[in-house]
Amino acid sequence: MLTCREITELANGYLDRELPLLTRAQFRLHIIMCSHCRRYVDQLAKTVNMLKTLPHGTPPPDVEEKLVRLLERKGATELPE
Amino acid sequence: MKDQVKQSSDDGRMLEMLRNGDETAFRTLVRRHHAAMISFARSFLRERASAEEAVQDSWVAVISGIRSFEGRSSLKSWIFAIVANKARTKAKRDGRMVPFSDFGEADEPAVDADRFTAEGSWESPPGSWSDLNPERIVAGRQLLAHVMAILETLPLGQKTVVLLRDIEGLSAPEACDVLNISEANQRILLHRGRSRLRQAVETLLTGQESPNMQNEPDRQ
Ligand SMILES: [Zn+2]
Repeated sequence: MLTCREITELANGYLDRELPLLTRAQFRLHIIMCSHCRRYVDQLAKTVNMLKTLPHGTPPPDVEEKLVRLLERKGATELPE
Repeated sequence: MKDQVKQSSDDGRMLEMLRNGDETAFRTLVRRHHAAMISFARSFLRERASAEEAVQDSWVAVISGIRSFEGRSSLKSWIFAIVANKARTKAKRDGRMVPFSDFGEADEPAVDADRFTAEGSWESPPGSWSDLNPERIVAGRQLLAHVMAILETLPLGQKTVVLLRDIEGLSAPEACDVLNISEANQRILLHRGRSRLRQAVETLLTGQESPNMQNEPDRQ
């Protein structure tokens, strides 16, 4: 039987489906019975999902222009045949 | 070998346009990746100006190397590998190499040990996150803005792996490749980084004190 503390160390592997089959089964058994750990795993999953929605941000227009100019110069001289 | 080519059709179209010197394609690529490349370069170079230079060098390398890019990895992961390379070279030249062996505490637990009983059961179980809306205002700003700020407080290795895997969406092998670390290290860094972030969000939402939030660096 896995302890709650062990669950918190395995939770990330569980979410990424990296646990060995037997460990995964033990993990599932634990979170079926333990509402605290179920909550923990759910919170970890929500945290990861939040990270996935973080805005990337776009560069300011002047930076974009500067890069395009730079690449035009470089492109003309350095591109291979 | 051609049969090992692993690129999305989006990458394929983009590549063809870039190889033909299409400016619109280049602009799209810049808008998509430039900001993330800067924050990634800052994993190696603390100064923003140095990171910007390294990313500029990277763009030059991307365009001059695009014809020889074979598509063994995704275009994105190839670009990040170039940034890692340029940033490392620059850091070395400036004598400011940040050691990437920043794994946090040697055996940093996912959750503080004192929240468990001696038998390993919860003594202080996780608090409830009612209404988890990323746009929700907590302590004066949106939850999502807090998450971005917390990310900056993670140990370097953790932050960088979380950035590549969760924010940029690179696969585990791609992240290992870009950072030149083992699969096991990558897994540990991701586990610790995500665990810390969960803890910080819990602290925010359940109103407990957190040392992390007080040491938060200023953001531009
Ligand atoms: Zn439990």
